Amino acid sequence: MPELRDLYQELILEHSRAPRNYRELKSPDHKAEGYNPLCGDRFTVFVQMDGNSIRDVTFQGSGCAISKASASMMTQSLKGKTRAEAEELFERFHKVVTGQAGNGNQPDLGKLAVFSGVSEFPTRVKCATLAWHTLQAALEGKQDAVSTE
Amino acid sequence: MTTLARSPLQSGRTTPHAIAPGFDVEEVRADFPILHQQAHGHPLVYLDNAATSQKPKAVINAIVRYYEGYNANIHRGVHYLSERATAEYEAARKTVQAFLNAARAAEIIFVRGTTEAINLVAQTYGRVNVGPGDEVLITAMEHHSNIVPWQLLCAEKEAKLQVAPINDRGELILEEFEKLLAPRTKIVAVGHVSNALGTVNPIATIVKLAHRQNIPVLVDGAQAVPRMPVDVQQLDCDFYTFSGHKAYGPTGIGVLYGKLPLLEAMPPYQGGGEMISSVSFEKTVYNKVPHKFEAGTPDISGPIGLRAAIEYLNRLGMDNIAKYEHELLTYATQEVSAVPGVRLIGTAKEKAGVLSFVMDGVHPHDIGTILDQEGIAIRTGHHCAQPVMTRFGIDATARASFGLYNTTEEIDALVRALEKVREVFA
Repeated sequence: MPELRDLYQELILEHSRAPRNYRELKSPDHKAEGYNPLCGDRFTVFVQMDGNSIRDVTFQGSGCAISKASASMMTQSLKGKTRAEAEELFERFHKVVTGQAGNGNQPDLGKLAVFSGVSEFPTRVKCATLAWHTLQAALEGKQDAVSTE
Repeated sequence: MTTLARSPLQSGRTTPHAIAPGFDVEEVRADFPILHQQAHGHPLVYLDNAATSQKPKAVINAIVRYYEGYNANIHRGVHYLSERATAEYEAARKTVQAFLNAARAAEIIFVRGTTEAINLVAQTYGRVNVGPGDEVLITAMEHHSNIVPWQLLCAEKEAKLQVAPINDRGELILEEFEKLLAPRTKIVAVGHVSNALGTVNPIATIVKLAHRQNIPVLVDGAQAVPRMPVDVQQLDCDFYTFSGHKAYGPTGIGVLYGKLPLLEAMPPYQGGGEMISSVSFEKTVYNKVPHKFEAGTPDISGPIGLRAAIEYLNRLGMDNIAKYEHELLTYATQEVSAVPGVRLIGTAKEKAGVLSFVMDGVHPHDIGTILDQEGIAIRTGHHCAQPVMTRFGIDATARASFGLYNTTEEIDALVRALEKVREVFA
């Protein structure tokens, strides 16, 4: 039986109470809004690039503890990463929260591994991945986005 | 019968027992097989009745009897099974007629649910009677199903959707509503009981105000029919809609009541079999009301199950149910609002069945997950009423909604689980 504390780990609760990088970027290279109509979670993700690397990534919006903590920890883990690295990290993160990682083969997620308990709560997978999907949409919108620099 | 596991009540707390004479909730619970199970290791506490209600054995049995005993297409066959199925289908129409106190059985049209009923009226009555510059008047507390069909109509006809505001308690501001009734208003559409707030609207007064200007009124009765006696002649509304599945009947069946002269003047909604008298490539003559609006082979088991549900409700008595649920809601309001950090959304004087709330520092979705782990089913989110959320400046609420089988002990379990939410998020 899934345990609540597997989902609401202390680190997750701490990030949901005091999210990091919770601010707007004045002139982002990329920006996208993500919305989860099921629960009303709504986030905007802002990305500032440095060549092919993410120089800064921030977010704003409202949502449940899982979605907010996930957004917060996502921004922490992405700074300095290339787009390809960010994509790859999302792929690994997605596998872990959907329970597809398999035993003994946990991809290296660093602190993000704290979200592995989400896999026991299928209705919360969308919460955990909302910020990541939003980031993906922001990065993919590059061709259409008007560069502000 | 499996009985619900009881937990000792907190000392000093009184619970209303034997609320309505002749209404024994333990007996009622025994009629609902689904209730007697564990969820995540706890006795299931089902408080999501505004989303859908559970079904008594009588309803399940009626559907089984139909499929095992007399499944056949209706209004067509000359054989034994078809005659029997047709008779049961039409008997269900009469049961609904009596339940709503409609003047004639022909005023009862079977549809898939409230949503389809409202779309039917918008696309038939609406398309004929609403033109450019005209107005459709709704309220700020409507479910999306009583907003979007009118938006579609207004977009097509270049008409305007007017919205009567609500106050901070979640009550319709009648003076504002009255001001919005204008010569250009072609129809008023209003919910009887708000699914997001629990507000009971003064339908008879609303109808009187609208009729003074000859404006017809459609009532979305999805949340009212399971909770209180409804008399469409007393309300004098022109259309009344409800869904079977929220009234202890099956999914996929709903009812549109309409005054006969209006229904007769309306064009058909869908074309096909059953809704015609004669067809040639030059000219088709439509069938009489209600068949004109029931194209194709309908959900036959639906009305049969719905009839069993209505007979079940009649046996308990809608007055008794209303009284019992009112006591439950009063108790829940008192207990839940006493939990530190909880704020109720929707505090109308007249309320039924629904307790919406938010909690300081905890998103409703997290409340829902923690309650679920305690075996308690509630709904979290915008409840298909996003404009209501906007009105109260929130994204979502947690909503406990009650049914005739809920108990004060279950409300105590809810309160204990809310304390647990506070612990997790302390």
